[in-house]
Amino acid sequence: MRLTYPAEVKIIQVPCTGRVDIIHLLNAMEDGADGVYVAGCLEGECHYIEGNLKAKRKVKYVKKILEELGIESERVEMYNLSSAQGARFAEIANEMVDQIRQLGPTPIKNSNAA
Amino acid sequence: MIVADRKSLDEILAMVEGDKKILLVGCKGCVTVCNTGGLKEVEILASSMKIARKKAGKEIDIDTHVLERQCDREYVEQISETVNDYDAVISMACGVGPQFLSEAYKEQKFYPAVNTTFFGGATEHGVWEERCAGCGTCGIHNFGGLCPIARCAKSLLHGPCGGSSNGNCEINKDTECIWDSIVRKKMEQGQLEDLLGVKGAKSWKTARDGGPRRSIREELVQGNI
Repeated sequence: MRLTYPAEVKIIQVPCTGRVDIIHLLNAMEDGADGVYVAGCLEGECHYIEGNLKAKRKVKYVKKILEELGIESERVEMYNLSSAQGARFAEIANEMVDQIRQLGPTPIKNSNAA
Repeated sequence: MIVADRKSLDEILAMVEGDKKILLVGCKGCVTVCNTGGLKEVEILASSMKIARKKAGKEIDIDTHVLERQCDREYVEQISETVNDYDAVISMACGVGPQFLSEAYKEQKFYPAVNTTFFGGATEHGVWEERCAGCGTCGIHNFGGLCPIARCAKSLLHGPCGGSSNGNCEINKDTECIWDSIVRKKMEQGQLEDLLGVKGAKSWKTARDGGPRRSIREELVQGNI
């Protein structure tokens, strides 16, 4: 397919999105990420039954925390796609980068990020 | 267990507004079980506070520590060497924690990060409900094992009030009328007549009405030989 996706996206691999915790998303924001998204398997197709659904709840909770902090909750998102959907993966990366570009840089100053 | 809810971030931030170096102390007891003030919640609050301060361009230095329990002096003593290095200390334990800390370290300021709400249990993952009011004289065996003191809005002891409708309490359609449940259970057991007896006025001396309570177990008190 030789698809490309924006270089701004840094991938952190986990065995299942169920491994992603609230603190991981918060730490990324705290360290200066402009946005974070979790790409999990399609709903109902988690190898570990409900890892992606747990991740969805955690993303929702982080969005709530960001709102409480006066930060746009759209900086954190959850997407679902299968490992066979390469084109969709690139599409999501572009979609998220566009969304963050519209929001601008993170309001979290003095961050450690480059 | 003791159930608590975390205070809003705004309220916590306002309490320590002028403090730069903060210690956040969690508890591995009840507040860990009700997912309010254990290791995970301490880390989440610390990160949220750092984000808030960074966003406002203000300085903050937060350290975290989770004690085995904050309601035992032997565990509270574990932070004795570092506690006075901070401008303020936030406790994520129930209301007992910040008091034990305040009693142990008289020069430090302690703030509660949670609102202690009730004695209860988890009815499903993420949902906790009140079951005990700590009245000091347990009589649940008189009511089919269900406590009308903790679970009836009026703590009635002789049956439901006029606000009972279709098994629900008038205060909220999601609150069950515990007297409806008590009567139904007794009917199912064929023991409804157990509820007919007139009970004398309950003494509330053993509850909060008798003032702060104390429990002494002679066999455990050191020096009692």
